[in-house]
Amino acid sequence: MTCDEAEILIHALADGELDAGHAREVEAHVASCPRCAAEFAAIRQMKQALATADLTFKAPAALRERIEAALPPVQPLQPLQPSNVTPLAAPPSRRSLLRGFALGSAVSALAATGLVAIVLRNDDQQRIEAEIVSAHLRSLQAGHLTDVISTDQHTVKPWFNGKLDVAPPVIDLTAEGFTLVGGRLDYVDARAIGAVVYRRRQHVINLFVAQTSSTERRAARLDALQGFNIRSWRDRGLSYWAVSDINTDELNEFGERFERAMSGSS
Amino acid sequence: MTPSQDDPERARRFREAALPYLDDVYTLARYLLRNPADAEDAVQECYLRALKHFDTYRGPQMKPWLFAILRNVCHAEFARRAGAPVKALDETPGAAEQAPLWQESAETPEGAVLRERDASAIQRLIDTLAEPFRETFVLREINDLSYREIAEAAGVPVGTVMSRLARARAMLRTAWLAQEETKP
Repeated sequence: MTCDEAEILIHALADGELDAGHAREVEAHVASCPRCAAEFAAIRQMKQALATADLTFKAPAALRERIEAALPPVQPLQPLQPSNVTPLAAPPSRRSLLRGFALGSAVSALAATGLVAIVLRNDDQQRIEAEIVSAHLRSLQAGHLTDVISTDQHTVKPWFNGKLDVAPPVIDLTAEGFTLVGGRLDYVDARAIGAVVYRRRQHVINLFVAQTSSTERRAARLDALQGFNIRSWRDRGLSYWAVSDINTDELNEFGERFERAMSGSS
Repeated sequence: MTPSQDDPERARRFREAALPYLDDVYTLARYLLRNPADAEDAVQECYLRALKHFDTYRGPQMKPWLFAILRNVCHAEFARRAGAPVKALDETPGAAEQAPLWQESAETPEGAVLRERDASAIQRLIDTLAEPFRETFVLREINDLSYREIAEAAGVPVGTVMSRLARARAMLRTAWLAQEETKP
C-alpha cells in the first residue's frame, strides 16, 4: 500500500469503517510508515479530544412544542386545512441535493471512489441490525433462548470457551434489575456470535457480542427496528448490540450499567 | 382509503419514527446555519416536509432521511440570503468561505498536541470550516452517521464523503493549533 492510498484510508480505519482484511493492510502500512503513523495519531488525538466534549445541541422545548402542535393530532380532531400547510417543494432529488455545493474536492473524490468500492466494510450497520433483530426474534420464537441456563456468570462465561473466537464478557446485573438468564450461540452475518441473555421483568434482552477490527471505543447509539430497540456500542475490540422490546430508557440504562461494570472490572 | 395528511394512524407512525431524532436534527441545523433562530425555523420546516413526504419514506433508517430533508431546507435558506456575510472566527467576515478548500496537512506540525478545549470553543472552531466539509464532519463526528449513511443523506458517493472528511479534519486541526498559538 502506498501513502497516497493510505492517506484517505487511515481515516476510514480510525472511524472503524474498514473490513477486517483491509483494516489489517492499512494498519500494516501505518506501522511501517512514520509519516502515515503521525497522521493516524493526529486523527485519533482529534477524535479523542472531540469525544471528551459534548458537542450536541438540545432542541429547545418551545421548538418541540411548536412542531408537536403543527403535526396532525393522533386523535382525529379537525382535518388540517391545506391553507394551514406551508407550500412544500418537490421531494429532494439527488441532483438538487448536489446543486450549490462546492465541487473543489471532485478530483480526489473520484480517486477515492475507486478505492472505496473495494475496501469499505460491507457489514453496514443497517444490514447487521436487521440480522440482529432476526436473531432476537428467532430466540424468542423457537424456544431456543439459551444453550446454557444459569444465573451464575461463572457458569455462563466458561461455557463460551472454545465455541467462539472471542470471550464475551458476562456480567451479573441482577442487583441492578437485569437478571442474567444464560448464554447462547447464534449466527449473524454468516458467523457464530455470542448472545448473553438477560431478563427485565417479563422482557428478554439479548446482548450480542462480536469481534471487531477496530479497537477504538465507539459511543452508544440507539436505533429502533421492527418495534425493537437496539443499543449498540463498541469497546476494546468488541462490538455489542443489546436488543429488546423494553423501552429506550430502560435499554439505555442496561447498556450504561453494563459499560460501567465493564470499566470497573478492568 | 388513501393515506392523507390527517390520517391519525399515519400521524402516530410519523411521531414515533421522526420525533425521537429532534435533537439530532436540531444539532445538525445549528452547525449548518450557525444561528439558533434560523436553526429552529429550519427544523420546523424540515419536520413539516418530512410529514408531507412520509409516504415516500422507505425505511429503515430515519435519521439520514431527515438529515437529507434538513439539508434541502438549509440550502434554500442559504440561497435566500446569498451574499450575506457569515460570522467566522477570523476578523474578516466570510473568511471561512474564501479560505482555500484544501490546506495541506504538511502545514500542521506533526506530533503537535491538540490541547483539550471546552465544547463551545470546539463548536466555534467547527463553525469556521467551509461547506461542505463542516457538514460531512458534523454528520460523522457529532451525528454519528456511518460513511454510507452520510453518502445517503448528502446525496454524494462514499468516496466524496471520505475525501471531505479527510480535508475537514486537516483544516480543523490547522485552525485548532493556530488558535493555541495565539492563546497560549
